[in-house]
Amino acid sequence: MAKNKKATGRRHPLASVALLLIGLMASGGAYALFTSSATAETQAAQDALVEEGGKLFAANCATCHGMALQGTSQAPSLVGVGAAAVDFQVGTGRMPMAATGPQAEQKPPQFTEEQIAALAAYVASRGPGPSIPDEKYLQGDGDAAIGAELFRINCAMCHNVAGAGGALTEGKFAPPLTDVEAVYVYEAMLTGPQNMPVFNDHNISPEDKANIITYLKFLDEEPSVGGFGLGNLGPVSEGLFIWIFGLGAIVAITVWLTAKSN
Amino acid sequence: MTTTAPTTETKPETGRGMRFVGWASNYIDERTSISGLVRELGRKIFPDHWSFMLGEVALYSFIVILLSGTFLTFFFQASMVPVIYDGSYVPLKGIEMSVAMQSTLDISFDIRGGLLMRQVHHWAALLFVASIGLHMLRVFFTGAFRKPREINWVIGFVLFILAMAEGFTGYSLPDDLLSGNGLRIIDGMVKGVPIVGTWISYLLFGGEFPGFDIVGRLYVLHILLLPAILIAALGVHMVLLVINKHTQFAAPGRTNDNVVGVPIMPVFAAKAGGFFFIIFGVIVLIASLFQINPIWAYGPYDPSPVSAGTQPDWYIGFADGALRLVPPGWEVVIFGFTLSLNILIPLLVLPLFLAIVAFYPFLEGWITGDKREHHMADRPRNAPTRTAIGAAGVTFYAVLWAAASSDLIATHFKLTIEGVINALQALLFVAPVVAYFVAKRVCLALQKKDREIALHGFESGRIVRLPGGEYIEVHEQLDEYERWKLVSYTDYKPLMIRPDERGRITVRQRIRAGFSRWFFEDRIEPVKQTELEAGHGEHH
Repeated sequence: MAKNKKATGRRHPLASVALLLIGLMASGGAYALFTSSATAETQAAQDALVEEGGKLFAANCATCHGMALQGTSQAPSLVGVGAAAVDFQVGTGRMPMAATGPQAEQKPPQFTEEQIAALAAYVASRGPGPSIPDEKYLQGDGDAAIGAELFRINCAMCHNVAGAGGALTEGKFAPPLTDVEAVYVYEAMLTGPQNMPVFNDHNISPEDKANIITYLKFLDEEPSVGGFGLGNLGPVSEGLFIWIFGLGAIVAITVWLTAKSN
Repeated sequence: MTTTAPTTETKPETGRGMRFVGWASNYIDERTSISGLVRELGRKIFPDHWSFMLGEVALYSFIVILLSGTFLTFFFQASMVPVIYDGSYVPLKGIEMSVAMQSTLDISFDIRGGLLMRQVHHWAALLFVASIGLHMLRVFFTGAFRKPREINWVIGFVLFILAMAEGFTGYSLPDDLLSGNGLRIIDGMVKGVPIVGTWISYLLFGGEFPGFDIVGRLYVLHILLLPAILIAALGVHMVLLVINKHTQFAAPGRTNDNVVGVPIMPVFAAKAGGFFFIIFGVIVLIASLFQINPIWAYGPYDPSPVSAGTQPDWYIGFADGALRLVPPGWEVVIFGFTLSLNILIPLLVLPLFLAIVAFYPFLEGWITGDKREHHMADRPRNAPTRTAIGAAGVTFYAVLWAAASSDLIATHFKLTIEGVINALQALLFVAPVVAYFVAKRVCLALQKKDREIALHGFESGRIVRLPGGEYIEVHEQLDEYERWKLVSYTDYKPLMIRPDERGRITVRQRIRAGFSRWFFEDRIEPVKQTELEAGHGEHH
């Protein structure tokens, strides 16, 4: 290495500074360029989603709920029901209804996830309402004991303590809660679909909703203690079981014991 | 007199074992004179018919209940003192509950074999009451409650009530949500009684419901008082069974004065011992495979929550159903006091129904005026009116029973709960009447068929041409043994109204004659010997 040699090119004393400047300019410029275009794209995508949702709504929902979501004699207004209500009703197949009846029955969903998201975005854009819950409340990592107690106090009178469902008046019913996705449980509490009351965030806080979801997940995942649960319907199924299978088996044995050998 | 198959004389064994048995039996007999008892009991005859084993099923499931219940008493604590749960079941950790609930959870989750024992105890209890019910139906429909067995019928009825009381007190012990709801219904029914209701409720619960006393009190009833009475009544039931001898179905060689079957010692005892283990095995199999009363799912009792689908165990279902079937608005306000007819009427109707069951042997005995002893079991068809009454009673009970699960019927068959209740309300009155007439007509038709078969035999389908050119179908005649089963039954006729010694016809007699006419007006007479002989000549 020659000390007296004039430093030029990439060995120039200012080269590193220049490099730094170029790097900063490039990354900063690119950042500015990309972020501005990303916001524009998201906004555009959102608009497209709302627009697509609007078309889907007009084609599939507006007959009953009205073109401006104002509701008709057939169905309630959807102004202000929020994305959560749409995601629940359409995502579980309850909407669009197959037939008018005491209540909308669950069935395989009619729309893809993207279409449901579009419908939800459209309805949410027409009036503020509860939005689709945050993932952090849906993990089932809360306190199952608190959830169980809240469930017994708030939910069990219709849904049964084991979440097996129950009867309501005039043919309506509270559906079983086994193997229901956490997001739908949360949305149901938040929006009060069908005959269910609304449990808003002042009534049951998001953390407590997460606890209830934790308890329901526990019921789903825990193996049934003590053997088959017979539908978790309590003494009725137990009574039917002992009469039909218990006593039935024993009567069969008595007939066998007293049968005359040929 | 009892008849048994002749036993073959065997030479006494002279081995050391037999010598010891002989010495030991002699030792015991000289000090207790037990041989007389063994001779009597050991020679008791049991006729073989499957339906005669239902009472045994009840007895054996009761023994299973005693065994498993004793295990549970070692670990159950009948106290309502509040504690914070800290056992193995995660969704109840940190929840306040009574010691009773906590100890039941500990039995279920933390004591080895505890859950199995709990489930054995509960399933055996359900089977116990169910087999008593079926046993009662057998006794009823075969007329085995007639003289001299009326008293034993009443004792059996008392056992049935005690079994239900045992069941209900046991159901209430864990102090979980379901049992607390059940007790609240009882509390409501007690409070519905005018004037004294509230006082009785406070006395029962030691203050305002639920209080801190009820579990301890029910525990004393459940493990001490009720079992003691039950075992005493069971003892009397068995002694009377031995004294009265067993009924039997008509068959050759069986008369009203003998019992044909196997003696207790040794065959029947061995059979019965084996049968006990079969029952035990079935119960343990059910208990190990099927969950019953998951109190951890119900949670501790708290008066505010009530679960959907809250029902009592099956044997209390008819009472729950009666409450559910009362139409809304059955309340009267008298001088500012509310009279809850919606509770009082079921409270009157149910005991009336049970009283008819309990005293039926005396009612039928009075109507028929039959003072004879009966040791031959009736075939249900040969007592059409009794069978029809039984069918009506079973239907009435079944409608009440179904009403207890009205909500589950609604959800599972996609009906409205109001529709289910209204239909059952109508059925409660209509169905027993329909069942009565259908059962009676079916019985009479079966009797006619029996008569036809006894007289003319079965159609063989074989057409024979006689030498003269006539065609006849050959009827296959029954043999003597088969025919005996069809023709031997007691025939009743309606009672005639006769003036008493003072030449009067009392109102009582008229009523009795009316009942008797209702009982025996429609009847098919048993085939007479002369008819048989006349019938035999012509084989067509």
